[in-house]
Amino acid sequence: MDVLYFAWVRERIGLPREKVETTAATVMDLVQELKAREERYEAAFADISALRVALDQELSEFDAPLAGVREVAFFPPMTGG
Amino acid sequence: MQVTVQDVPFDVGAVTSEFTQGAKGAGAIVTFTGVVRDADLGAMTVMEIEHYPGMTQKALEKIAAEAMDRWSLTDALVIHRYGRLVPGDQIMMVATAARHRKDAFEAAEFLMDYLKSRAPFWKKEILDDGRADWVKAKKDDEDALKRW
Repeated sequence: MDVLYFAWVRERIGLPREKVETTAATVMDLVQELKAREERYEAAFADISALRVALDQELSEFDAPLAGVREVAFFPPMTGG
Repeated sequence: MQVTVQDVPFDVGAVTSEFTQGAKGAGAIVTFTGVVRDADLGAMTVMEIEHYPGMTQKALEKIAAEAMDRWSLTDALVIHRYGRLVPGDQIMMVATAARHRKDAFEAAEFLMDYLKSRAPFWKKEILDDGRADWVKAKKDDEDALKRW
């Protein structure tokens, strides 16, 4: 699936998007997999309460299932307006 | 209903005029324009607005459609910019048209509250001394959604 990062999440991980091969059942499982990879992921995902997630471009939750999802995006709380 | 996400500036006067002409039957037009202000901690030279291209348009359309649903509006408009802006630049505007002003005012406030916290934009302030930081979401902004 495509995994996208925005704002300081993108800066900490060091790239805007990547393809990830995963069998993670939920968003939280995917986060654990990513955190186990490298320090920069650990740093970006250290505090989940400071993050939001969108599945296929709709806001979602960290306990949401990933079955059938093609695009996951992680970002901080939005600051539009 | 019109939702536009763009990097180029927009002309509030021209947009308002066109919106007003198109809003047949409306007795009230409310517009709000957001402007880049100076940073809280010093002189800001640039405000960079990042967004999520695949999601932004859809998220704004959903918010605008909900406003059309919940209030008796004849029309609604949202414009939001992204990219590099400087203090004094217009970031975004909303416009609502209704037969009566209460619907137009309330729907405009609803649009503002929701697009602050539910549309995928992130602001970064770049100060004149080179420091740069992401604008933090305010608890007040999240709390503002509860009244709707």
